[in-house]
Amino acid sequence: MAVEHPVTVPSGDQTRIHNIGYRTYDGPRLGRSYATRSLYSQSLRGAYGLGRSVKSKVLPMLLFVVMCVPAAIMVAVAVATKAKDLPVDYTRYAIIMQAVISLYVASQAPQSVSRDLRFKTVPLYFSRPIETADYVRAKYAALASAMFILTAAPLIVLYVGALLAKLDFADQTKGFGQGLVSVALLSLLFAGIGLVIASVTPRRGFGIAAVIAVMTISYGAVSTLQAIADAQGSSSAVPWIGLFSPVTLIDGLQSAFLGANSAFPGAVGPSNGEGVVYVLAVLGLIAACYGLLMRRYKKVGL
Amino acid sequence: MWKTGAALWDLRVTPRCPYLWSLMPMQLCGVTTGVVRVTTVGDVTVIATESLSKRFPRVTALDRLSLDVGPGVTGLVGANGAGKSTMIKILLGLSPASEGRAEVLGLDVATEGAAIRERVGYMPEHDCLPPDVSATEFVVHMARMSGLPPTAARERTADTLRHVGLYEERYRPIGGYSTGMKQRVKLAQALVHDPQLVFLDEPTNGLDPVGRDDMLGLIRRIYTDFGISVLVTSHLLGELERTCDHVVVIDGGKLLRSSSTTDFTQTTATLAVEVTDTDAHPDGTRAVREALHARGVEVLDSQSGLPGAGHILLLTAQGEETYDVVRDVVADLGLGLVRMEQRRHHISEVFTNEDEQRKEAVGHGS
Ligand SMILES: Nc1ncnc2c1ncn2[C@@H]1O[C@H](COP(=O)(O)OP(=O)(O)O)[C@@H](O)[C@H]1O
Ligand SMILES: [Mg+2]
Repeated sequence: MAVEHPVTVPSGDQTRIHNIGYRTYDGPRLGRSYATRSLYSQSLRGAYGLGRSVKSKVLPMLLFVVMCVPAAIMVAVAVATKAKDLPVDYTRYAIIMQAVISLYVASQAPQSVSRDLRFKTVPLYFSRPIETADYVRAKYAALASAMFILTAAPLIVLYVGALLAKLDFADQTKGFGQGLVSVALLSLLFAGIGLVIASVTPRRGFGIAAVIAVMTISYGAVSTLQAIADAQGSSSAVPWIGLFSPVTLIDGLQSAFLGANSAFPGAVGPSNGEGVVYVLAVLGLIAACYGLLMRRYKKVGL
Repeated sequence: MWKTGAALWDLRVTPRCPYLWSLMPMQLCGVTTGVVRVTTVGDVTVIATESLSKRFPRVTALDRLSLDVGPGVTGLVGANGAGKSTMIKILLGLSPASEGRAEVLGLDVATEGAAIRERVGYMPEHDCLPPDVSATEFVVHMARMSGLPPTAARERTADTLRHVGLYEERYRPIGGYSTGMKQRVKLAQALVHDPQLVFLDEPTNGLDPVGRDDMLGLIRRIYTDFGISVLVTSHLLGELERTCDHVVVIDGGKLLRSSSTTDFTQTTATLAVEVTDTDAHPDGTRAVREALHARGVEVLDSQSGLPGAGHILLLTAQGEETYDVVRDVVADLGLGLVRMEQRRHHISEVFTNEDEQRKEAVGHGS
């Protein structure tokens, strides 16, 4: 193990002659939490195609517009007809627009994580001060924020419109608040499910298809079963069936606790007791998604 | 001869660097968390490992490896699967060692990984670039991931891309770049935060001869012009001879040799002698060795881990007489002299894997 120091460098010599062209960096190094925040903002911007090619801006921007246009029309109608109330509840809007939301998460979750996996950029992140958990949190928070922007924006349009139409302020504010809580939970849940699926499908196309399939097939199956159960008179089974798809989970939770009218057959949502199960299921799923993502990235390593 | 597996801390106290002793207690106890930017030249040890082992369920990737690497450009050479990448992952604090310990820039890899990763750069061996963003955007983002504030990240990205030789093309999406340009972007992201040390994992992989020479020149400049120490891996010994101050050779996770490149390539007074066997002397080599010993000419110990060394006698020529002595001894024994030549040490001698030797030959021929 003969280990000399390089012949060109006399040991202990403290001087070093730099090529004039190279400048060293002596400024601040902001470390791990700054890096995590940078990853968050880069991912959030990326979820709307900002900082990426024109092509990748088209779909997220289009979906954002599609989310907001119906709200704008409703508001225009309400103001013009001097209606007593908005045509839909704040809590109902996301349920109606669920296809758009599913499409958004299906397109942007793979964009956010599959690219890094597919092009093996992940090891570069982990060769820097951030840890696995920082990466997962930044990505999760960014997609959930992007979805919150997507789902809360039309509610803001509705709320502003309602105030312009001079609808009851207290009533509207309460409904708006309930709507925001509901879409916040929806954003966390959808983003988590989308990211977990995308993180195991490095091929982006498969990721998109898989997320759409999980969101729509589960909703289709659950609402069909609920309709059958309702038609056969076993309406007590309806709320329990609703536990098995993301959309109906949010629907059930908000009809139990956020003053929403359920979209379940017969418009009967879960009771308060059943609602607790919904809350636990939603929170449990969010935690499970986070845990699965952590496990996934622990394995990626380098 | 090179002792492998010897305790690191003993070897540090060599007559060559007596002042090392004074630094040891600080570096040993692993509490040097407050290390600020120390120029690499002043640092005595950039990388130190002690009985470092990494065992995977089915293979031992590193086997009690003790190393002490100073500033400069150090080559880590070994065949595919020798454990080079595993070593880098451990040094980055990303993969725990099964046994032993390692320090990078005086920081313990087991407990101070984040601090290490702030001060070092890493260029992976595989592709790692997203095709749909420009080099500038990508490197700026990676600079921020290393903790550089936005303005500094942009300035240093522009500088670094220029230093690695990317100009107008840096605004175009990476997807359209040649392999050589991609390698430069990978190098730029490893250098953008002005680290004290960079790990370059097989940076010449996939490059044509010209591209490889450019890359090797660039690697040399990283130390001589930028003052950043380099640990560069390769499965080709030949290419690192010119670039590195040191070469560390590992094989099957074991240290084969660690030495300054000047040692490797010096012309020596060593004679290589190869003889035939006869019925009278079924082991001709051995017979010659004994006969030479009787005539007072010592054959160098060939247990240096060199493959095939058993059939070649190496001895130090004391002058013209030595040639005569060898000739006489071989003739007296009735053996055939296959060759007798003055040797130039060549680092590929320590290469063990035939497959890799073949690859190297291809590399040299191109
Ligand atoms: N994550 C891993 N799990 C199991 N074995 C591994 C893993 N990483 C590397 N190895 C094994 O360890 C040995 C050294 O690998 P590596 O360090 O990649 O070699 P090199 O970079 O020198 O080609 C190889 O036999 C390889 O198969
Ligand atoms: Mg490797």
